Amino acid sequence: MSATVITITSGKGGVGKTTATANLSAALAAQGKKVVAIDADIGLRNLDVVMGLENRIVYDLVNVVEGTCRLRQAMIKDKRLDGLYLIPAAQTRDKTAITPGDMIELTNQMRDEFDFILIDSPAGIEQGFKNAVAPADRVLIVTTPEVSAVRDADRIIGLIEAEEKGPGDLIVNRLRMDMVKRGDMLHTDDVIDVLAINLIGVVPDDESIIISTNQGRPVVMQNGSTAGQAFKNIAMRLTGQDVPLINFEESDSFITRLSKLFKVSG
Amino acid sequence: MNLFNRLLGRSESRSGTVAKKRLQLVLVQDRVDLSPGRMDQLKDDLIQVISKYVEIDKEGIDIALTNTKRQSRLTAHIPVIGARQK
Repeated sequence: MSATVITITSGKGGVGKTTATANLSAALAAQGKKVVAIDADIGLRNLDVVMGLENRIVYDLVNVVEGTCRLRQAMIKDKRLDGLYLIPAAQTRDKTAITPGDMIELTNQMRDEFDFILIDSPAGIEQGFKNAVAPADRVLIVTTPEVSAVRDADRIIGLIEAEEKGPGDLIVNRLRMDMVKRGDMLHTDDVIDVLAINLIGVVPDDESIIISTNQGRPVVMQNGSTAGQAFKNIAMRLTGQDVPLINFEESDSFITRLSKLFKVSG
Repeated sequence: MNLFNRLLGRSESRSGTVAKKRLQLVLVQDRVDLSPGRMDQLKDDLIQVISKYVEIDKEGIDIALTNTKRQSRLTAHIPVIGARQK
């Protein structure tokens, strides 16, 4: 086994990096892969609560790097899914507690044992981001269809290319098809057109994400949510499967269907 | 734009279209770290340098930054009037 290290980043905060990391990790594990998710957001730990493993933390990432504990002691095994592990971030330290070299060394120690190592990057372009990207074999950039998030994604893509890790693949998160249809939200095609990178998945804005985060149970672990299906599809694409994008436009309203009848060129 | 959207006033001015246009402009500047002010300076410098060799129509100059994929390109259209007056 030789793991693929995937870093999930965005530049802008609050676009869904942690949710994406939790769900992709769980979806990959559900495919039978052995996965470890690492929270690299030191000082602002959150992957643990999103995954619902916050009550089981004894040691963290900084403890491992500083040698306070062994690597295995900091790995929390998710009892709901075989082959899923979490290494939480330290909460009372900051990003300078570890270096990019530490992250490379840490992931190298785990490569033989896992299929995938997913790293949840902090927002920003400073050291925390550099730590998270240093060991990456591939980078997923999360954005929402908003000018601020897309602008920051562009900056991140530039930095990833400069680190020769790029250009990476894009996840467009929280798409609201109703707003796209009436012209009040950037279409995924527009985002791709502007950023000029490969799209790996589109996740619709979905209440079930908030509910699942409330419960500490990633949405991919339950059935019937479109966001969950979108994350499962991305996870399949990560394992090399060719899965078509979900067509969110299927459920056309009466007026949209009617308008298609009147479609003129131009 | 289809007919129905036109009837409903869904024109080029919808906020999604505005967002895309604004992004395209700001990203061109971000990628090469050139503000509009610096672009003007660049234009003035170019005029100075080229005027040393040929006489140009300063009013007709068009300098633009564009992106093809993730590659930035600076294009300049500079109308030449003739040989430089000695």
